[in-house]
Amino acid sequence: MNGLWILRGLGVTLKHFIETYIEDFRQGKKRYFTAQGIEQRRSSKTRGIFTVQYPEEKLPVPEEFRYLPFLVYEEVNGQRKLRCTACGICAKVCPPQCIWIVRSTDPETGRPVPAPSEFYIDVDVCMNCGFCAEYCPFDAIKMDHDYEIASFDRQREHVFDLQKISKPVTYYAKIRPGNYAEEQRARMMKEAAKTIA
Amino acid sequence: MTTSWIETQLTEYLLERFGEAVQPDSRPGYLGFLVARNKLLEVCRSLRDEFGFDYLSSVTGVDYHPEPFMEVVYHFYKSTGGSALVMKTQAPRDNPTVPSLCSLYPGADFQEREAWDLLGIRFEGHPDLRRILMWEGFAGHPLRKDWREPFFEEDAKPFKSRWPEGHFIRVEDNNPYKNNVSYPPDFDPGKWVPDKDELLYGGLQSFEEDSEIKTERIVVNLGPQHPSTHGVFRMVVLLEGERVVDLKPVMGYLHRNHEKIGERNTYLQNMPFTDRLDYICSMSNNFGYALAVEKLMGIQPPERAEYIRVMMAELTRFLNHMFSIGFLLNDLGAFFTPSLYAIEERELILDIFEEVAGSRMMCNYFRFGGVARDVPEQVLDKIKTLVHDRLPRKLDEFERYLTHNEILRSRCEGVGVLTPEQAIALSVAGPVLRASGVPYDVRRADPYSIYERLEFDVAYGIHGDIYDRYLVRIEEMRQSLRILRQVLKDIPNGPVMAGKPQFQVRVPPGEAYGRVEGPKGELGFYVVSNGKPNPWRYHVRAPSFINLTSLKTMAHGAKVADLVAILGSIDIVLGEVDR
Repeated sequence: MNGLWILRGLGVTLKHFIETYIEDFRQGKKRYFTAQGIEQRRSSKTRGIFTVQYPEEKLPVPEEFRYLPFLVYEEVNGQRKLRCTACGICAKVCPPQCIWIVRSTDPETGRPVPAPSEFYIDVDVCMNCGFCAEYCPFDAIKMDHDYEIASFDRQREHVFDLQKISKPVTYYAKIRPGNYAEEQRARMMKEAAKTIA
Repeated sequence: MTTSWIETQLTEYLLERFGEAVQPDSRPGYLGFLVARNKLLEVCRSLRDEFGFDYLSSVTGVDYHPEPFMEVVYHFYKSTGGSALVMKTQAPRDNPTVPSLCSLYPGADFQEREAWDLLGIRFEGHPDLRRILMWEGFAGHPLRKDWREPFFEEDAKPFKSRWPEGHFIRVEDNNPYKNNVSYPPDFDPGKWVPDKDELLYGGLQSFEEDSEIKTERIVVNLGPQHPSTHGVFRMVVLLEGERVVDLKPVMGYLHRNHEKIGERNTYLQNMPFTDRLDYICSMSNNFGYALAVEKLMGIQPPERAEYIRVMMAELTRFLNHMFSIGFLLNDLGAFFTPSLYAIEERELILDIFEEVAGSRMMCNYFRFGGVARDVPEQVLDKIKTLVHDRLPRKLDEFERYLTHNEILRSRCEGVGVLTPEQAIALSVAGPVLRASGVPYDVRRADPYSIYERLEFDVAYGIHGDIYDRYLVRIEEMRQSLRILRQVLKDIPNGPVMAGKPQFQVRVPPGEAYGRVEGPKGELGFYVVSNGKPNPWRYHVRAPSFINLTSLKTMAHGAKVADLVAILGSIDIVLGEVDR
């Protein structure tokens, strides 16, 4: 029959509409603005509309999610100690070449010191590939989860310097607990092997 | 054994018949034959007509500067399956002219134009040798090794300015605005008049045809800003009444010279750039590039990695076909509601990609000799529920509402027909080729990875119209689910990476062509190595780009309104077309 298929097509929309209401009734207030509700809406069991109302609601990001790199520092006796040794592997592997590192030198001997004195990431250029974190031999550079970095001045605010990209190891352990535990285990094993030898 | 026998026969025959003109390519790591320029057409005709190499997959120009020659590399296949026959021809670098293969293989059209545009290789006998990706009036040929971009820093990455004395400086400051352009010595920008596209409009064929109503012929520009072109793409259409008499696609608005960037990059650095080609199917792009470089390096990924790769590639295929069908409906006039329903499942698949690779679309997941990281058990469970429950259900729903839908059928049946002969001659690939009744699927015709072991059928159509392309895509999604079920059942445990992960891979000199059956068609990567950390030549055989060669043939005689649907049925992504 002519036009029947238009009605059937509209039926799909109607079905979605009704299903959304059924789900809303069934779950009550839990369905919106709660972590549980968001989780339910993104699972494969979800029915009806599963829009997430950003920015009031945010999808939790998985551990492996990568956005911009940051440098990990450890607090030793109240002092920040960067894990970075300025070896330059991240700068070399970076596909768009957005990492700039100045290696420190000892002011007396003029010899290079394994620490960066300046470290820049041009976040306009960064393509979020995660190679720097993947190939860093010292677990010093990691990918951040914070994706809300919009600003009004790209000239001044979009080049992140050492100050801006250094974050404590506790932060790293918080956003990537699995990776952190794995690395700690590997480190312990290495230490243990060293002491035995 | 039979293939090698045929190959020996072929080699003997070619050497005997053409004597000096055909030489086996004896450079280390290279394959195929070097053909003298003046014999090229003759050799290719004999290949096509006597040996059945009727499918010209890829035409690539290579600049061997400072050596005084340029090379054009042709990859021929049989449309019945089998491995490649590689032919090369060389031309002096100061005036490279090579006979055009357009008369034998019309599918060489755009690829030869690309080689002319980017490398300045002139193809004699080409019917319409204009620039294709750059604009008319652009000075120089950017893929030549001695051509340098305005923001040129160094020939190869990593740049020395980044470490150990990496004092930050903006590229714009290095090369400030108004000083960042260099003009040829005899050029005055003040007196320059923009090209009026005379070549383009003049090239429109207005051959006479019998029709009852004689109306004035008018030229219509669809695009570059047009909602149905899926991006910035322009079709110049010559109309008689409402019927399309001739059509010329204009592209390159999104051109960024992916290949030049690729040649500046190291091998590994290219991986995230391939994500940006066809940004809907980044996993498939990774796959093709990884295969090409692995071929050169001579390494094999471990078993589990192979399974993961196939799993990701098939999920990508499902995702892409959902997308393309949704947007086909969009093009048919069902504005956005069906396409949004179609991509509901995409969210769930992208969640999986995000959990595995770290990013939803720019996955950057494959590495040479494996994949970046293992797939956790809970993600595998997620994929299982999707594959066994949600995705088939969605597919059934799709079919219930669409396959017999009278609107879809009346708009799609018999529209945009491409015969099998035309499809093969035009080097069309993927669902478009198969819908024309050529059951050619790289996964079966020239198996890679573990596809040889998997059970699946090659979906193909009969009529070669838009409706068959739709049906082929639906069937391919079913076959993808079938593959996924097998992969999920058999996936072994073990490492996902052969050897230690390296950021600077050692690639021996030579050439390799890695191709996969991407969701849009045959996706090939031609990589030439000279033993240095950066590829000497990196070429992408982009399926959407080459499939567009057939647009004119499909659109001939169609109505303007159908044109939009025909373009939608090819399923192009401009990131890949323009590269």
